[in-house]
Amino acid sequence: MIFIKKVGNQSYILSKPVNITSTASIVGPKEKEGPLHQFFDQCLEDEFWGEKSWESAESKIVKETVNMVISKSGIPSREIDFCLAGDLLNQCIASSFGLRETNIPFIGLFGACSTFVESMIVGSTLIDGDFANNVVCCASSHFCSAEKQFRFPLELGNQRPPSSQWTVTGAGSVILSKDGNGPFISAFTPGKIVDMGIKDANNMGAAMAGAAEDTLITHFKDTGRNPSYYDAIFTGDLGHIGKDILVDLASSKGYNIKSNYNDCGVLMFDKQKQDTHSGGSGCGCIASVFSGYVYKMLQEKKYKKVLMIATGALMNSTSTQQGESIPGIAHAVSIEL
Amino acid sequence: MKPIQSKEEYQTYVDQKTPNSPILKNCFNAFWVGGLICAIGQIIFEICKIRGIDETNSYTIVSMLLVFCSAFLTGLNIFNKIGKFAGAGSLIPITGFANSIVSPAMEYKSEGYVMGVGAKMFTVAGPVLVYGISTSIIIGIIYIIFNTQSLILV
Amino acid sequence: MDWYMVLKAFITGGIICIIGQILIDKTKLTPARILVTFVTLGVILGGLGWYKYLIDFAGCGATVPLTGFGSLLAKGTISEVQTTGLIGAFTGGIKAAAGGISAAIFFGYIASLVSKPKIKKQ
Repeated sequence: MIFIKKVGNQSYILSKPVNITSTASIVGPKEKEGPLHQFFDQCLEDEFWGEKSWESAESKIVKETVNMVISKSGIPSREIDFCLAGDLLNQCIASSFGLRETNIPFIGLFGACSTFVESMIVGSTLIDGDFANNVVCCASSHFCSAEKQFRFPLELGNQRPPSSQWTVTGAGSVILSKDGNGPFISAFTPGKIVDMGIKDANNMGAAMAGAAEDTLITHFKDTGRNPSYYDAIFTGDLGHIGKDILVDLASSKGYNIKSNYNDCGVLMFDKQKQDTHSGGSGCGCIASVFSGYVYKMLQEKKYKKVLMIATGALMNSTSTQQGESIPGIAHAVSIEL
Repeated sequence: MKPIQSKEEYQTYVDQKTPNSPILKNCFNAFWVGGLICAIGQIIFEICKIRGIDETNSYTIVSMLLVFCSAFLTGLNIFNKIGKFAGAGSLIPITGFANSIVSPAMEYKSEGYVMGVGAKMFTVAGPVLVYGISTSIIIGIIYIIFNTQSLILV
Repeated sequence: MDWYMVLKAFITGGIICIIGQILIDKTKLTPARILVTFVTLGVILGGLGWYKYLIDFAGCGATVPLTGFGSLLAKGTISEVQTTGLIGAFTGGIKAAAGGISAAIFFGYIASLVSKPKIKKQ
């Protein structure tokens, strides 16, 4: 069997690029104080947003982000064929509870913090394969619900090590459509699971950098592109430490990405002022930075070709306690005007 | 940089890349905050002594008052800021033990008062009681077996 | 008031906290493990009768850190064993430390009734 869309080992070039019709992002109060605040559609004043628990606050963020992206696109919701969403909470409750009233066929996804690009990849294949005309993709995370599930109670007086990262409170959502004027998803490279043997759950950037490097270099090799093909390359949430490691790893394999590469977790917060240690993390990090910042840059034609690589750490609190290492994953999607 | 071949090599490289905690600053803060908490305890103890309360009860009163202060500050959302600043300085004194009981109790309130507050209260402090009490029972049994002063170096 | 004793409590308590801080920063142990280590150490030192000397020297500088809590468990167990035998091994520890434990549980419950957790602004 010949795969006509497949190039190289694991990359795919779409026969007809998939259009990104609209985006929406909602973030929390700490992100509001960050350097990207003017790019987000809405910034919340508090983490509860009028809800009783952080879990339902996160669901509300998902719900409102999806509603916002649908109303911005002008597409009636009955013409949206799929809703692809995921988050970090157990059994993806933030997405499924947030979207239970949307009346759109729902496919829940989990790829840890790589969920956003994962959903864009699945959405593109659905559209490219003529299964759908419009697909809405969404990913979210919430600092408080993530801390509660993965780390310690918020009021516990502990110190965060310098390598720890700050889970972004927020969600980003995009609508992918068959037709439109761009920006377009032109190619993607789904990643393999890469385990670098890192066991420190407070150093996610280092655990995921190996997967990011694998996907990045595979993407270049498969497509025959090189780093200068893109105006900008963004990873999801490697943070300051992971970003440095990825630059080193890529240069050791002969790819220099120093000049046009950045990390959404690094961009999200001001390291000096906001005391977020190694930077932002979580599904909502790349989701909101793409939906807010990167998409606007594309619209203003400041970037013409962008590679988004969402990175995820495929662990939970049980696996950490059992002394397992942290496998990483990274999915790349190439977006062009 | 040359390509990394093994997981061990990667771990060494990562350790190099990861910044260390500012240990001197942390130790200094831990010293004076921890010392201050103990000094406050001692002042309470001295007041008890002046009032003629016996030593054992005085120590209990000190513990209870410090536990109360810690619970109060945790409830006001202040203790985590002290803890972030002082590290072990507020963790090691009995204030840290109290905080580790109060903070999950508050956190899991949304899961209800029985299975939330009641059950999750001991997620952090439970092991302290388990190991403390079990070790003390073992000490008691050893004492009975030897039943001699030789173990207790009085 | 014995201010010299207060000073000794300050310094001793501070040094015990420094040991804890070095453990946190160097070994990356979680808070729960640090607390367990200190309590267990306190029980053993108390059982051996050594911790008593530190309490005599520094007062609350030795009793307020969790090692003091541990030594209290040991002290209570041993004095109860001396009067009631084997049952004392099971009753003595908690009896001696009951004040602190009950206070933490009770105040913790009250705090959870009246207060809500908030995000760390910093």
